[in-house]
Amino acid sequence: MRDFLAVGLPVVVIFALLPLIYANQLLLFNFVLFLILAQGLNAIYGFTGYLPFGYVGFFGAGAYGFALAVMHLAAPPGLALALAGLAAIVLAMILTPLLRLSGAYFAIANLAAAQAVYQVIANPALQEITKGPYGVSLASVFAPRLSYGAALLILAGVFALVAWLRHGRFGLALQAGRDDPVSAAMAGIPVVSARIIAWLISALIAGLAGGVFAWHISVFYPETAFDLSFSIFAIVFTLFGGAATLTGPIAGVLLLYGLYNLIGISVPQYFQLIYGALIVGLVLFLPRGLASLLQRRGIDVP
Amino acid sequence: MLAHALLGGVIYGCYFALVGLGLNLVFGVMRIVNLAHGDVLMLGAYAAFFLFHLFGLSPFIAAPVVIVGFFLLGLPFYYLVVPRLALAKDAEMLSLILFFGIQQIIEALAAIAFGSSERSIPGRVLGIGPFHLLGETLSRAWVIGGAIAAAAVLALYLYLYHTRSGLLTRAVMASREEALASGIDMHRISARAFAIGLALAGLAGVFAPFMLGSVTPAMGTSVNLAAFAVIIVGSLGNPLGTVAGGLIYGVGLLLMQTYASAWADLLPNLLLIGVLLVRPTGLLGRRVRLA
Repeated sequence: MRDFLAVGLPVVVIFALLPLIYANQLLLFNFVLFLILAQGLNAIYGFTGYLPFGYVGFFGAGAYGFALAVMHLAAPPGLALALAGLAAIVLAMILTPLLRLSGAYFAIANLAAAQAVYQVIANPALQEITKGPYGVSLASVFAPRLSYGAALLILAGVFALVAWLRHGRFGLALQAGRDDPVSAAMAGIPVVSARIIAWLISALIAGLAGGVFAWHISVFYPETAFDLSFSIFAIVFTLFGGAATLTGPIAGVLLLYGLYNLIGISVPQYFQLIYGALIVGLVLFLPRGLASLLQRRGIDVP
Repeated sequence: MLAHALLGGVIYGCYFALVGLGLNLVFGVMRIVNLAHGDVLMLGAYAAFFLFHLFGLSPFIAAPVVIVGFFLLGLPFYYLVVPRLALAKDAEMLSLILFFGIQQIIEALAAIAFGSSERSIPGRVLGIGPFHLLGETLSRAWVIGGAIAAAAVLALYLYLYHTRSGLLTRAVMASREEALASGIDMHRISARAFAIGLALAGLAGVFAPFMLGSVTPAMGTSVNLAAFAVIIVGSLGNPLGTVAGGLIYGVGLLLMQTYASAWADLLPNLLLIGVLLVRPTGLLGRRVRLA
């Protein structure tokens, strides 16, 4: 709780006030979106060690869950958002057996799963239902302010969740299972079921992010909602700041996504180059993120 | 039509085996995932393109040039990156991210240097006229690409099973600790395997303009997915299992393209997930969590 009050709440409040003085709401929304996604990824990668390369699959499932609910059920945005989360959870349940795989196998299989979902949704054969590759338009529910507010609410919830994971019993059990699954199981921790719960929570967060994304931008294509850069950005932001902390992913998003907006929009190739170099340097010289600079000196990073 | 699809599938399968071969060798020996594999292949394709358009060299000459060049580049590259990576606690996972970064660098440099327009080499440089095989008429470029891939697979087999260096490589694959304990210079063997992996990717790249269509700086990602499907369906960490994976993949792909073309793109992903879910221990072997 202290972590949340010290770090999470101020960030939420700042992002709630920023639209008053800064007009580019889409940019602010993207920041909030990546803050949510980075923490969602943190919940699974930071606390269980499973790296979901196809995290964007849940995001896309959420975006399309929202869109389909609005288009076919004429659902109000609140209900559609809940269905977006549900869609992601259902996808995560289907993909639960992937957790039997370890390390790189899990990451690659998860990536393939996200691609498969994308290819089904974008398939022209399903144009009647998903509008295939031609994208969806949700002008009837377009409400940028309301959806920004909803994103902030989700962000606050996600911050509270990660703060709880860091100190609560469940989160400690997860971390024990990450560091040494055999000993943890011997100590009576239900490693597998805890991991599955973390997996579903993480998917739910991405699904809600996808839903609120669909709501906010209201016109999008399958390749936008399933853009692999969502996964990559979330992973790199989290790693850069330091996984399994609340502050790390926040710092990663603010610094790196800020950098992206400074140079990436105008000259994408050069940004890609810097980005690649940054990742390589990070893995080789600072594999545990910025937070480890402080942790190494014995300072606890919230 | 069925016979044509099957025959084409076998030819494509040989080629895809070559696409996955280097990736699998690197994973088997070093336990690192070279996510930049597809981009190395892309560089090989550009090398073939420029050798042809600037100097008029046919792919048959470009192939040995690329193999030697990529091998020689691979050795120092290994020492630059891998030993340091191996120090980390979770090297296998971090390798995925590290090589993703390298992939980004290669892709960005290629986009800056070559531009993003599609490049191709006319198929006639590999010989003119269709090719008749078992009563079916096939593209000559396909048959040649498939045959060269098969030859490369055979060459790797001879290296692994009939040379001393290959024996040491297999020892490292079987158990790093025991190989180290019996006095094998692990980094030398690993560097060699890494460089061979890059050379194989480069060779696959030389024939990519004929097998995979036109060449762009962004082609790496889709190549990677195909390569992963091939090596996981085959047997991860066992380079020769790649052949089985390649053949299943190639035949499956051509059957899908013939009978359900709208869904053909799904094949590598479904194959990959299907095999992983149904037989996480069987086809892919040893790496499953205990708890």
